[in-house]
Amino acid sequence: MELHILLIFMIFAAIVAIEVKDLLSSVIAVGAVGFALCLAFLVLKAPDLAITQLVVEILCLIILIRATINKDLPLVIEGRWIFNTLSTLGFIAVFLLFSWLALKELPRFGEPIMEVVKKYLQEGVSKTGAVNIVTAVILDFRAYDTLGEATVLFTSVIGIMAILRRPGRKKKNEK
Amino acid sequence: MILYFLCLMLFCVGLYGVLRKRNIVKMIIGLGIMEYAMNLFFVLIGYRFHGRAPIDAKDQNIFNMVDPLPQALVLTSIVIGLAITALVISIAIRIYEKYGTFDITKIKRLKG
Repeated sequence: MELHILLIFMIFAAIVAIEVKDLLSSVIAVGAVGFALCLAFLVLKAPDLAITQLVVEILCLIILIRATINKDLPLVIEGRWIFNTLSTLGFIAVFLLFSWLALKELPRFGEPIMEVVKKYLQEGVSKTGAVNIVTAVILDFRAYDTLGEATVLFTSVIGIMAILRRPGRKKKNEK
Repeated sequence: MILYFLCLMLFCVGLYGVLRKRNIVKMIIGLGIMEYAMNLFFVLIGYRFHGRAPIDAKDQNIFNMVDPLPQALVLTSIVIGLAITALVISIAIRIYEKYGTFDITKIKRLKG
């Protein structure tokens, strides 16, 4: 029951974040969505995820506030309002159709299949020595995934440095 | 099943933000909301009623714990989501420096 309340709160905060005019209020509302997601992870018995989500959410908020502070602008009246809204709703309808088809194949809520985990659970403590099975999976059985994650992080840092660096001295013939 | 549907509704709100809004920051926020919905969906699939957290104990077996595999994958996904958000925001800051606006219809000059 508390999961339903949390999810409805998240949907409400997301609608507020999308629709409110002020950019800073919008960023704060998306922060509310993230912290509610952190609580939902706690309710779903995933404490590692809750800790990570908390840290990542705080960093995300700092980055987003850095982007939006002092940069508010009034949006102009939008042209082609009906066409844009109708095409957007069409895309959402297509998405909902396919997701409905996919949801029929999933196991029911609360009864996961857990075929792969059986082996990890039997061999986890003896092979890795980690009591926490999530840690055993990400750092031992699937360590290459974690290595790829670190690679993605450093690649994005290189990208940010390349995008945000100060431009060098301009040539004389350039304006 | 209602929880799956609510999670899809959250995803649709983010999709609406990405497709419909003209402010770049609003589109990034929509992207973030979609990412939250996907992470939550994976964890919801692995949930078991009255299950315990996947930490080993004496009487822990496969029928009284939640599925740890989606949690491990989502842990990777959350961190990559942070990297994506940081990269996209830096591009948005650069666009604001160059064009002085976040409105995507005003960004028309293709110079240098």
